[in-house]
Amino acid sequence: MQKMPQWADVVLIPLISLILAAVLSGLVILAIGENPITALTIMIDGAMGSKYAWGYTLYYATNFIFTGLAVSVAFHARMFNIGGEGQATLGGLGVALCCLYLPWPHWTLAILGAIVASAAFGAIWALIPAWLQAKRGSHIVITTIMFNFIAAALLNYLLVSVLKPVGSMEPATGKFPEPTHLPNFAEMLAPLGISFSRGAPANVSFIIAILACFAVWALIWKTRLGYEIRAFGHSESAAKYAGISPTKIILISMSISGALAGMMALNNVMGEAERLVLNATEGAGFIGIAVALMGRSHPLGIFLAALLFGALYQGGAILSQDTSIPVQIVLVIQALVIMFTGALDNMVRVPLEKVFLAFNLSSAKPATKPTAAE
Amino acid sequence: MDLLTLLQVLDATVRLSTPLLLACLAGLFSERAGIFDIGLEGKMLAAAFTAAAVAAITGNVWIGLVAGIAASLLFSAIHGLASITFRGNQLISGVALNFLASGLTVLVAQAWFAQGGRTPSLQGAARFNPITLPFAESLSGVPILGPIYAELISGHTILVYVSFLVVPLTWWILFRTRFGLRLRAVGENPAAVDTAGISVVGLRFAAVGICGVLCGIAGAYLSTGLQAGFVKDMTAGRGYIALAALIFAKWRPWYALTACLLFGFLQAIALRSDLIEAVIGFRIQIQLLDALPYILTVIILAGFVGKAIPPRAGGEPYVKER
Repeated sequence: MQKMPQWADVVLIPLISLILAAVLSGLVILAIGENPITALTIMIDGAMGSKYAWGYTLYYATNFIFTGLAVSVAFHARMFNIGGEGQATLGGLGVALCCLYLPWPHWTLAILGAIVASAAFGAIWALIPAWLQAKRGSHIVITTIMFNFIAAALLNYLLVSVLKPVGSMEPATGKFPEPTHLPNFAEMLAPLGISFSRGAPANVSFIIAILACFAVWALIWKTRLGYEIRAFGHSESAAKYAGISPTKIILISMSISGALAGMMALNNVMGEAERLVLNATEGAGFIGIAVALMGRSHPLGIFLAALLFGALYQGGAILSQDTSIPVQIVLVIQALVIMFTGALDNMVRVPLEKVFLAFNLSSAKPATKPTAAE
Repeated sequence: MDLLTLLQVLDATVRLSTPLLLACLAGLFSERAGIFDIGLEGKMLAAAFTAAAVAAITGNVWIGLVAGIAASLLFSAIHGLASITFRGNQLISGVALNFLASGLTVLVAQAWFAQGGRTPSLQGAARFNPITLPFAESLSGVPILGPIYAELISGHTILVYVSFLVVPLTWWILFRTRFGLRLRAVGENPAAVDTAGISVVGLRFAAVGICGVLCGIAGAYLSTGLQAGFVKDMTAGRGYIALAALIFAKWRPWYALTACLLFGFLQAIALRSDLIEAVIGFRIQIQLLDALPYILTVIILAGFVGKAIPPRAGGEPYVKER
């Protein structure tokens, strides 16, 4: 039963939720004694006003595309992977080991190696909770939360003991060798005669992220496996009846999810920092939840939501430099977006469905009445 | 290791277990009624800030405590609205509330006090001070029992004693009252409760409310008892450790006490790594101690050591007209 047209479900509901979140955020800014309109102008200008700004916005967006896709693949199998943070942390470890200990001749080869390493490390970190869910019935949300903390502790340990260069005080690995340097947008666009800000961190992994969007789209909607994942997500019992193994779907979908989250490290560890530092993920794993919810678990939606959140993060950073509003305003906006698009979905949906039903009934009355009378 | 050092570690254990215990029992009420709550962290944080801020302004810690509980209750109300009234996803609501608390506390702290997201440090009547139990001084000379009484049992803030009293109270409410029976039933089989003519929504809101009050006390304890003021993200994952303790305790109050004391002990010895080395002869990485509560919980969850079975209707919104 379609209660309202698909465009309303896909576009209107996220848009209304976003507006509600924006209005509430504006009220918060007003309540702490700042002007929301000025704040919005500063944020938009800081996120999109220059090539430099775009370079940062797209850098953040790359992170969020990966983590958003990760959460969405799990969502399709009706699983809530809250462990993107831990999986991205482990992905960073994979990238660091791959870049530091293997002799890469050129970045084109190094990035292939890094993709494999980050995806494998992320996938393994998601596979353990997935196995526990499939075989032992432990709740995936709780185990992935626990694995976030275990990953943080593990990385903390490795960085202060094993991976730290001799004589260094800082808990971080040494700088990756020069051949693993990924070209940033300035270096990528220079051959085409386009100049781009040299200082901005957006790099070639943005392209990988876009390719990942296509890959996820093809996987979910164009392959047998994707069909099985969606079938399992809609109804576990029906999927089982159709001969789909729940264990297989849980393990595979969570591995793909973890691999995508792990691949975020291509951007933040290999592309930007070029070494592994403590807390390199900076909460991007959690932002993936907001991105996936807003993007309605569709790669195109995720791409757009990631751009929006990228702009929000860069704009928020500039806002905290230029005004006395702390950067934590971004957390508040993020929380409100998650709340409205995720948990309070029915608050927007139910009244909207009523509106559409009333509208449809009045317009479709002449057509339906005779059939009802028969 | 001599008795005094041991007592110091145990003393720290009690102090560090208190917020875990309160938050764990808070989660216990909520989850027993079928409402998952991963927003314990956010509620504690909101309460910690509000309690410290109000105590700093009024100079009275009791007003601060009430304000902290009110803030936590407000978060509970949002969680209830999202997960009970609008039948939203309880986990997503919890995640959102955690972010909201983490962002709002710093924002408001900066706007009110302009001290980089912290509150002024609290002194005197603006924080909970240690209570010396009767005869602690005079009995401290008694061998073994004297120091235990004077060092370990006496000298905590009132909220510590309150939190330990909440354990038998929780047990009594859940297993010896009509309300407790209904609350447990609504977490196992809400349809049966509904058929008996009892309001599922009302019971669940009551449980979420109790959860809010306990998280409020836990948060207020952090900023006005354990420490003297609010600092950014001061809950430091305690809400999640409490969640882990709840699973570890298999959703039972007395087990919750044991689990929280164990996790509190792990936190206390993590602060004294010199002692561990002296006792067991080799160094244990602090990171391992940090991760141990989570690792233990995963092992318990995996059912390798006993099986943790959550309330059956946990996480599912109740729809009457199915």
